[in-house]
Amino acid sequence: MRIVKKAQAGTMQSSDLMVFVEPAETLTVEIDSTVKKQFEHLIRQKIDLVLATQGVTTGKIHVTDRGALDYAIEARLETALKRGGEV
Amino acid sequence: MADFRLRRSLLYVPGNMPSMLQNIHLFECDGVIIDLEDAVPLNEKDAARTLVKRFLENYTDRNKEVLVRINPLQSKWGLNDLKEVLPALPDGIRLPKADTPEIVERLDTLLTEFEEELGLEIGRFGILPSIESASGVINVIDIARTSTRIFALAFGAEDYTASMEIERTKGGEELFNARTRVLWAAKAVGIQALDSIFADVGDMEGLRRETELIKTLGYTGKCLVNPRQIDVIHEVFAPKKEEIEYALQVIDAIKRARLMGTGVISLGGKMVDAPVVKRAARVLRTAHAHGLVDDIIDEEVIYGAE
Repeated sequence: MRIVKKAQAGTMQSSDLMVFVEPAETLTVEIDSTVKKQFEHLIRQKIDLVLATQGVTTGKIHVTDRGALDYAIEARLETALKRGGEV
Repeated sequence: MADFRLRRSLLYVPGNMPSMLQNIHLFECDGVIIDLEDAVPLNEKDAARTLVKRFLENYTDRNKEVLVRINPLQSKWGLNDLKEVLPALPDGIRLPKADTPEIVERLDTLLTEFEEELGLEIGRFGILPSIESASGVINVIDIARTSTRIFALAFGAEDYTASMEIERTKGGEELFNARTRVLWAAKAVGIQALDSIFADVGDMEGLRRETELIKTLGYTGKCLVNPRQIDVIHEVFAPKKEEIEYALQVIDAIKRARLMGTGVISLGGKMVDAPVVKRAARVLRTAHAHGLVDDIIDEEVIYGAE
């Protein structure tokens, strides 16, 4: 899948996150999180896994996390990619 | 009634809110209805169904019945809701705007197709039709007979009053006929009837009164919008101590009657025969489900051996 336009998914409620995606030459993932210190590596791991599963190799991904669990991270990123991507 | 699953309280959980979804295992209700319909704005329908799918896949140690309220099949979202959430194995689908037997039949067919595709037992997914319009109320008797997947009928008072162009009152007089008709339809085919939500979360007395009313009419459960309402509903549906004691006496009495070769006996001056025994057995089954009595009454006690 290729990111072809700007898109976002999620909310700023607690236990949720917002994911912003946009087209770019290379792949970058930025993470802001209320629990960044403890969990950034786990959030990144989950995001990398979803990107790999979806075959996304380029694009700018920005995540603002409000303490979301894995299933929510996966779901919101999938939705953002579906909204901004093209298979 | 083959299905004695307790459904006193079915809590609505908005499908697009992780903070509520991930607390589902903590709520002490009998079941939840994860909502993709009214609780989700139009531009979030896609996000909600993906969130619900991923949530259900991770909610593996299920500790209550899980239903998903999809968007109406007549809308452009309903079918995609099914496609996305069924592989994550909810127990059933709450079908909004179940106004005609045809629309319920359509869901039944779709569920069968999904079950075949997913390699599941046919009939695994249940259907809870929402009777929530004038047409729904008129057609409910046929709707109830449409599919063996239907384990209960749900009356939706909010949409019903909207379709009637009337206000919903706390007394509920305006709902009486519709509520009764939904009950007849359910009881005639031996399934449960579940009542509408009570929207005023601050009014626990009102909730109690309404729950007592619908229990008296014959409803076996109620839908709710806030976990704070669970306790009141369970209190109302729990058989009272006196009811249980009387039911046990009735069962004793009928056992004595059978020994004497008769099907009718007097208990404290009141006649006890098959319908009385049946009601007592139902009280004891409910009490058993509440953990208030140890034994379940078997059919032979109710009807006698041949």
